Amino acid sequence: MTTILDPTDERVPVERQITPRTGSIPGVIGLLDISKPRGNVLLDELERLLAARFPDNEIRRYAKPTFTKPCPTDLRLKIKAECSVLVEALAD
Amino acid sequence: MTDTPPAFTLQDLGGTSRSFPTGRPSLICFAKEDCATCNLVAPLLEAFHQAWGEHADVWMVAQARDGAEILRDRHGLTLPILDDGALRTSLAWDFESVPAVFWTGTEGATAPVMEGFVKAEWQALSAQVSEALGTPVPQVDWTGLPDWRPGCGSKHLDPGIHDRLVAEAEGSPIRARRIEIAGSDDIDEFLFDQGFSDGLPLVPPTPERVIRMLAGTTRDPQDIVAIVPPNMAPATVEKVAINAVMAGCRPEYLPVVIAALEAVCTDEFNMHGVNATTMGASPVLVVNGPIRHRIGMNMKLAALGAGNRANATIGRALRLVVRNLGGARPGGVDRSTLSSPMKFTMCFAEWEEGSPWDPLHVERGFQREDSVVTAFAMTSGPVQIVDQESRRPDQIAGTLGLGLEGMFLPKIHRMPVDALLVVCPEHINTLTVDGAYPKDRLRARIQEVTSRPLREMVSNDVSGAGIPVASAAKMTAEMLATPVPKFADGKYIHIVVAGSEAGKFSAAFHGWVTGAMGSTVVSRKIDC
Repeated sequence: MTTILDPTDERVPVERQITPRTGSIPGVIGLLDISKPRGNVLLDELERLLAARFPDNEIRRYAKPTFTKPCPTDLRLKIKAECSVLVEALAD
Repeated sequence: MTDTPPAFTLQDLGGTSRSFPTGRPSLICFAKEDCATCNLVAPLLEAFHQAWGEHADVWMVAQARDGAEILRDRHGLTLPILDDGALRTSLAWDFESVPAVFWTGTEGATAPVMEGFVKAEWQALSAQVSEALGTPVPQVDWTGLPDWRPGCGSKHLDPGIHDRLVAEAEGSPIRARRIEIAGSDDIDEFLFDQGFSDGLPLVPPTPERVIRMLAGTTRDPQDIVAIVPPNMAPATVEKVAINAVMAGCRPEYLPVVIAALEAVCTDEFNMHGVNATTMGASPVLVVNGPIRHRIGMNMKLAALGAGNRANATIGRALRLVVRNLGGARPGGVDRSTLSSPMKFTMCFAEWEEGSPWDPLHVERGFQREDSVVTAFAMTSGPVQIVDQESRRPDQIAGTLGLGLEGMFLPKIHRMPVDALLVVCPEHINTLTVDGAYPKDRLRARIQEVTSRPLREMVSNDVSGAGIPVASAAKMTAEMLATPVPKFADGKYIHIVVAGSEAGKFSAAFHGWVTGAMGSTVVSRKIDC
């Protein structure tokens, strides 16, 4: 028997369940652009499709200042306060 | 009198459990069989036992079970001999050599430990205890005994034993989760299977190795060094030490690893982006100051390559912390298209003594006697710059400029991007053949020789990269003729000296996205 010490942060991963698909979305839909070139093209199209399918939902757009860094805390909290769902457009 | 030593329960050779405090006055002597002085005092202890046994406990605590039996048989001992083969009681009682004698008197206070054999002390003890107990003095022929004999180092302090005991003891500085690997498992394969490795074998981070690593710093093991992206995991000194063990570091490298981690986990350095970018950026660490020599870093022949433990393992330890604590793994948050061998390790020292300039850390505001690590986010390198022919200073400076022009793509100019130029000693000799050649003159020369007309940067059939044709169409001929240097400013050109004294081969590392949008060079003083 050999004992070693855990080199990781020892966080037990939380297993997340997919939200039940009900066919409707309550509240505001957020669309987050990470500011990578042409991310807005994807989100523009998505916004058009979502608006057609969920005409009663408000859609709000957000953008990270730069794609190279994590989302600023203020922006994250703002999105959390304002939206019930968020679609983030990643790049590459 | 001192505080009473910690309580213990040990078995004697007959299998009876015996506990301290005993409830009576007691004389406890730690001993080991292969110590001549322990063998010298064993008959004395037996005589003490015979004289005082009705009123006090006289126990020998042996530091190995088989040694206890040998001592008993060799000297015909009848006093209780306790087995401390695990050495935990020896560690807890905190003495340095054996025999170590502790007398706890009738009032329960313990006398200062007697280590080794000083006849006068033992005679005094014999008389004092006999008087206190009201017994005749033990029958000992003191005249046949030497005046003084040194003891032997206690077994619990043996290298390899002490660190394990400290790691396992109550009050151990170790807090990390312990992982038991079955004897039937191959430990090296286990480490790979857990995903701890960068692809190369790891040194198993056993508690005793981590304890030894922690001796390399004065910082508390539970101090938080940094919050490591992308998982924003708190990195304690202990966790850094565990990864440093796996990387192959010696304890004296740990302060460099800690300072490097502090540097890359700043918002300015932006380790998250450096990890994540498809460009495959990686920290390049440059170490300056006295610690280079103290820990044996390489700054001369093969400074940027393999063969030096400090260079190799400091850089690797940083990468392993980012991987194992930060959670940055290829295919996860590390999205490098091609990546780079620098993601295994990239760390070297500047050869300050071979440089005509202020070393990097002095240029960046530190004192020459400070030890400093500087982290650059680089995507390529080292890229060789070969010139064996130039004999004039401006020629070799021109070569270094042309060598840098290929950064990202030769046609891309006016780049607000860092480069790290490593000038070799022979190129330094040529640069300074007529006298001083300041770094700023070298930077200006690099800008001068890389200046090309803007029209050469326009997208064309050879390469679609560069200024879009539509944008160029709006420019005047005069604007398109404007000479544009490689770098947006000379400040992006960082210069250090390293390499062997033979060979006209300098090298460059090419940056990533420099500045607030990407990464800024960060230096940290090494706490040593």
